[in-house]
Amino acid sequence: MSAVGRSVRRLEDPRLLRGAGRFVDDVDRPGQVWMRVVRSSSAHGRLLGVDADAARELPGVRAVLTAADLQPVPRIPVRLGPFDEPLDDFLQPVLAAGAVRYVGEPVAVVVADDPYVAEDAAELVVAELEPLPVVLDAARAVADDAPALHGAGNEVTTLVRAYGDVDDAFQRAAHVIEVEVDVGRHTAVPLETRGLVADYDATLDRLVLWGATKVPHFNRGALARMLGMDERSIAIRSCDAGGGFGVRGELYPEDFLVAFLARRLARPVKWIEDRAEHLVATNHSRQQRRRLAGAFAQEGELLGLRETLWHDNGAYVRTHGVVVPELTLSMLPGPYRVAAYAGRAHVALTNKTPCGTYRGPGRYEATFARERLLDAAAAELHLDRVALRRRNLLEAADLPHHRALPVLGHDVEIDVGDFPSLLDTTLERAGFEAWRREAREQRAAGRSVGVGLAWFLEKSGGGGFERARVDVDVRGRVRVAGGGTSLGQGIETALAQIAADELGVEVPDVDVVLGDTELVSSGVGSWASRSTIFSGGAVRLAARATGELARRVAGELLEAAAEDVALRDGAAVVAGSPQHRVPLGEIAAACDPANAARRGDDPGLGAARTYVDAPMTYPYGVHLAQVEVDGETGGVRVLRYFIGYEVGRAINPALVEGQLVGGAAQGLGGALMEEFRYDAEGQPQCTSFMDYLVPSAAEVPPIGTAIAQDAPSPGNPLGVKGAGEGGVDGAGAAIASAVEDALGISGAISALPITPERVRALAAAAPAGSLPVSAGR
Amino acid sequence: MSDVHLISLVVNGTRHEVAVEPRRTLADVLRHDLGYTGTHVGCEHGICGACTVLLDGEPCRSCLIFGVQADDTAVETVEGLAQEGKLNPLQEAFTEHHALQCGFCTPGFLMLATALLRENPAPSDDEIREAMASNICRCTGYQSILEAVRAAADAAGEAHRE
Repeated sequence: MSAVGRSVRRLEDPRLLRGAGRFVDDVDRPGQVWMRVVRSSSAHGRLLGVDADAARELPGVRAVLTAADLQPVPRIPVRLGPFDEPLDDFLQPVLAAGAVRYVGEPVAVVVADDPYVAEDAAELVVAELEPLPVVLDAARAVADDAPALHGAGNEVTTLVRAYGDVDDAFQRAAHVIEVEVDVGRHTAVPLETRGLVADYDATLDRLVLWGATKVPHFNRGALARMLGMDERSIAIRSCDAGGGFGVRGELYPEDFLVAFLARRLARPVKWIEDRAEHLVATNHSRQQRRRLAGAFAQEGELLGLRETLWHDNGAYVRTHGVVVPELTLSMLPGPYRVAAYAGRAHVALTNKTPCGTYRGPGRYEATFARERLLDAAAAELHLDRVALRRRNLLEAADLPHHRALPVLGHDVEIDVGDFPSLLDTTLERAGFEAWRREAREQRAAGRSVGVGLAWFLEKSGGGGFERARVDVDVRGRVRVAGGGTSLGQGIETALAQIAADELGVEVPDVDVVLGDTELVSSGVGSWASRSTIFSGGAVRLAARATGELARRVAGELLEAAAEDVALRDGAAVVAGSPQHRVPLGEIAAACDPANAARRGDDPGLGAARTYVDAPMTYPYGVHLAQVEVDGETGGVRVLRYFIGYEVGRAINPALVEGQLVGGAAQGLGGALMEEFRYDAEGQPQCTSFMDYLVPSAAEVPPIGTAIAQDAPSPGNPLGVKGAGEGGVDGAGAAIASAVEDALGISGAISALPITPERVRALAAAAPAGSLPVSAGR
Repeated sequence: MSDVHLISLVVNGTRHEVAVEPRRTLADVLRHDLGYTGTHVGCEHGICGACTVLLDGEPCRSCLIFGVQADDTAVETVEGLAQEGKLNPLQEAFTEHHALQCGFCTPGFLMLATALLRENPAPSDDEIREAMASNICRCTGYQSILEAVRAAADAAGEAHRE
């Protein structure tokens, strides 16, 4: 039976359930020393000097490093385009030089024999600062009289993305609806913080790094350039990773510093971020304010969209460049037929932690804005919210659908789909009409219960390549070494399923090693929901080539034609003659170097292949929510939640469901709880889990899913579309829609997260008696 | 720092003696002094629960306990759950119900659930949810964890009746 398409058990589980995974803090090297980062305690100031004398004198301290020790101070390079924007003036130095621009910015690093001593010593380092005025709001930051963070100002760029005749659309409109919306500042909060271990062999000038999980090959190349090393002298070994979600594994200042110090001290150096650091040092995301206008015809047809947004990128541009605001613009029209669109994004820097991507970058934000607009239009035009969306969804005749909006270097080209049928399926499977009825009854009974929905368009893969090598050993075990990295998503299992089918073995017979630059010479990494497409594509090719070799060699061993040999149950079998079989391990043994050379082959039963150039594919889906609002406490309880998602083809449906449900939980956090707040001086107010609130089992309801496989991607042979981000994309919008329905106040919800304070303010402003206090559950 | 104390503790049935500074956390003692790296540290301030171990049978945050406080105690960690190389029924239920993704929080949830099911072998769904709400998972959305604990409780109940 084919492994692909089945919810087979995960290969990753046995080691993780035994506590036998290897996370970066589980890696220790003989003679290692520990790094601790001294961080700015001020949001903006001229850095006059760093006094590290007391720290240097503390017993056990090996070194203290400041920008003065690094001349010139390297800056963190941009990994993702658009590359036509000049960004160099805004890149982050690995240690602050001349000025500090956010609380948490690395000012110095201390290295000591023991992590406790390193932390003691870091406390003794004093940065001499002359305070400068702060700017904390993106729209304020781009004003002429705002305090400037950089010599080049605060506005990194203004991105303009447009197609069609927007002016004409608005002139023809019977209704123009406008909303102003804010999305708060969130971050991914993987449960494992970041970390890195570097071991250096001075004799060979060879550096080995553990813990850089996501884009190891990019990080290797960037570090080689920054350190002035030969890329081939650096090896990166991925570890198990406690969640990624976009923020982990990018090249951060600490990654350079650990590698640099290992080389300078000729000792292994270890750095493990603590949670308080993580919340100010690891990429933030999401924070945007925007004004969005929709031009609608009399009956609700969406004619055009026009938006201006202010993207708050924090104090610097990091590896993601300006891709998040670009994605926000390019994904704004979403799953709808929109004849004309014009968007403008002011990319602003503020005295806050720098930003990058977080699961569903640009989609969470754009979906919130667009779906808020559609709810506002439905109310204004007296149309049903579902019907308004159905009227405007792309239909079969519209596909493929091109938009002159760039996403990672290519225009949006929505490849395939059946949007209306996914809507029907999802509403029916969830029982949405019953949710609605129940909400009406509850409201009549005095409780604030409401339902909401949000449609979204997702993107997946697109561009680049991935390599894989498949080998069978003499025991018949299969090893897959591939690009892409394991971040908890179950990619090892999915790749094993693909390889198992090609080679006629069972999934547990396959071992998967990912993210090791020694085993796979080049790769692009795990981001943008691309790994199943690209790594899966490469594994399929490599396993297929391995299978062809196995059949050819087995044919020689069995004196049969290769085309008469099939692979099944771990062996090569002659068609019509099942007693003529040879196990894969014996075929591998016959591929020893001498015999292989006599046949003109490379040694071993295996093959390496590269999969390249799958076009971007566009999954899509709809989120449904039912919530109850407590007008007195301002609390929002999510009663029911359901996601319909078109994934093309599910290699492992349980993994897809896990991605959707887990993503939704993160999205609910962003919708209701999570927000980085700052005081007027730019001091972060959320530096622990007591202030940055992530959902627990008490807040997340059961989440149902309908996983559709009706529209396989035509652009890759597996037909797959990414599954990693659709769970988060629509969550903010769907919850907002449901809360507004519960409150019965159109236009009430314009900002995420919908905190108790915001709900109470709405309740206070509502007419007396219109907002009942919940009886509780 | 030369203020070092010799402590003695039993971890998963094995006695260890270790010299620790007073400020060294139990999590660091377990992980870095004794090599029980299955216990994970996610926040170091007692919220996330990834470091949950059982201390004399009670679930505790090993990041909030000093090693010296664990002197003369019995500690159970995730490494002690599998018996004779086989996953125990709770661990089996976790993999069966897809109750882990990255696996970083998993040891903490396993120990928390172990304590719950010992104290209350037949918990209601609400009791399971309330107990599991002590820890944070950022990958799964929790439902599969609750289902796994439910399944483990039900299976143990059936085995008991038989």
